[in-house]
Amino acid sequence: MTGSAPDISLRHQRREQLTMLALALPALLVILLLIVLPVGWLAWQSIWHNGFTFENYRRIFSEDIYWRSFALTFEISLAVTLLALLLGYPIAYAASIAPRGWNIVILALVVLPFWTSVLVRAYAWLALLQRTGVINQLLRQLGLIDEPLALVHNTFGTVVATLHILLPFMVLPLYATMQKIPRDLLQAGASLGAGPVLTFWRVFLPLSLPGVLAGCTLVFVLALGFYITPELLGGGRTVMVSMLVSRNVELYDQWGAASAVGVVLLAAVAAIFFAVSRFIPLDRVLGQK
Amino acid sequence: MDKGGESVDIRSASKHYDAVRALDNVTLNVAPREFVSLLGPSGSGKTTLLGILGGFIQPSSGSVHFGDRDVTLLPPHKRDIGVVFQNYALFPHMSVGENVAFPLRARRLPKADWPKKVNAALAMVGLAGYESRGISQLSGGQRQRVALARAMIFEPRLILMDEPLSALDKQLREAMQIELRELHRRIGATIIYVTHDQREALTMSDRVAILKDGKLVQIDAPQRLHDHPADAFVASFIGEASLLPVHPVDSCSVALGSSILRSTRRIPDGDGLMLAVHSEKLLIDDGKGDAARNRLTGKVTDIVYQGESLRVFLQLPDGTALSLRQPSHYEAARRIPPVGGDLTVTLHPEDTIVVPKARQ
Repeated sequence: MTGSAPDISLRHQRREQLTMLALALPALLVILLLIVLPVGWLAWQSIWHNGFTFENYRRIFSEDIYWRSFALTFEISLAVTLLALLLGYPIAYAASIAPRGWNIVILALVVLPFWTSVLVRAYAWLALLQRTGVINQLLRQLGLIDEPLALVHNTFGTVVATLHILLPFMVLPLYATMQKIPRDLLQAGASLGAGPVLTFWRVFLPLSLPGVLAGCTLVFVLALGFYITPELLGGGRTVMVSMLVSRNVELYDQWGAASAVGVVLLAAVAAIFFAVSRFIPLDRVLGQK
Repeated sequence: MDKGGESVDIRSASKHYDAVRALDNVTLNVAPREFVSLLGPSGSGKTTLLGILGGFIQPSSGSVHFGDRDVTLLPPHKRDIGVVFQNYALFPHMSVGENVAFPLRARRLPKADWPKKVNAALAMVGLAGYESRGISQLSGGQRQRVALARAMIFEPRLILMDEPLSALDKQLREAMQIELRELHRRIGATIIYVTHDQREALTMSDRVAILKDGKLVQIDAPQRLHDHPADAFVASFIGEASLLPVHPVDSCSVALGSSILRSTRRIPDGDGLMLAVHSEKLLIDDGKGDAARNRLTGKVTDIVYQGESLRVFLQLPDGTALSLRQPSHYEAARRIPPVGGDLTVTLHPEDTIVVPKARQ
């Protein structure tokens, strides 16, 4: 009597676990095939070349070009993130307080560029920013400059175009968070004697911080891996990590070296996610609560 | 703490949303230190009126005065009034102490004075020592108290409350009603209180304003409201009344079907009169007492046991249905015949309330 009842429940529990596993199996297989295996293959390649070797990693950590490229990639990503926050916060704020209908217009304007290919947008910026581009032409005709400004084929052009492409990833999480801030908290702030500035500073801003963190993480991580935009607008002088990967493969056929760069970048991203997840739960970054 | 109350003067305030009249020409004067409830069903305009008082809603026409200040165009943060919101509206990212100190921060009071004031405000609502707690750690009743402390810490002379007890369970709600009454007496502020719970309004208020479809129907002390309703709507909204159509006979009696009922009250002019029979005012006829009492005989159709009282449903010969309430103790309950039996009840002429269907 004493032994049989737990036995039955234990067996039942085990069978239930097996059923659950069977249900999850297809999804697990897809993840295994499409994510775990390729990434594992990547990691393997970086340390196996006719035997174990750390040559690829040694090179990354000793050669100047890698260091400079990693540093530049992080600088650009950080700049893009901060600028996206500076531009995105007012946009999201406006959308969150706009009367019904207007918020949809604002968000539509933010999301609209999504429907154009990244390539098209990069070339569009090229057309705007180049020496004979629209902006330089206009400034010269207005007599504001004599020589065309170097707006593209450098870090500036890369940042501008990347910022444009990634702005929605800042605005949308910000808007989602701001929209959830109860309006009666703002009314309460006012009723307790706080003017609009104090209410914003002490109530609205702190409550929008999860959105700020989510947007910044998304934009920063996406910017780290940007390839087409810096390739087209960096003019070969702005070498980001993604371009190192591509050069290693296309120019030198060095799959091992390319893989090692990828692994280091992946590790850096994982480290950032880990650091952020200590402040806010990751599921909120991914849009669920 | 007692700085006295402020008088509130609402003059012909209206609020239109497109074609909808959320508030329709309401004039209301509230005396200093008075506790006035705004009572009405949802959509009656009571929340709109409170929003206008708080400055969150601009009236389409009319004006609002606090004391001798015209505050109609004044933004909320300059009105210097305490507001307690329905869902408390506590700042979730601040501790209890920070929430309560918020009005002090907004008024740029020196930080050194905060702890003493916060302590006093929390002590007033029975939460002394809760300063460092987080809002999410509090129960509903405690949150309510924090919201009260926050609205009172700057000693406003007028406090608005928007159904502050509606999220609490019945027992806590009734305890808080008594506490709020006490608190009102101690701080002496004017309180305007929105509720849809008539018992709550009657329990706490000096006067109750009844709103319907954006209009002010009647404002009176609880007892006046209960015993002298202005029309059938008020009679049905306050207390537990059966409303029965009657015809005027002369200046002091009406006809209910074939029975003639005498009333010592003034019977309103015109047709479309209703008799408002409060279920507690019908007594089982014991053959004694005032001969002038109105008597009605009908069949018992149902008896509902409700704990401290019984509700007896009665049908008069002409089909009219009404109900009476009897205490559930043995002496009273044994006089009620079983379902199907005949029962004669009395209604004193003093309690014979005749109201117009709608106020002229």
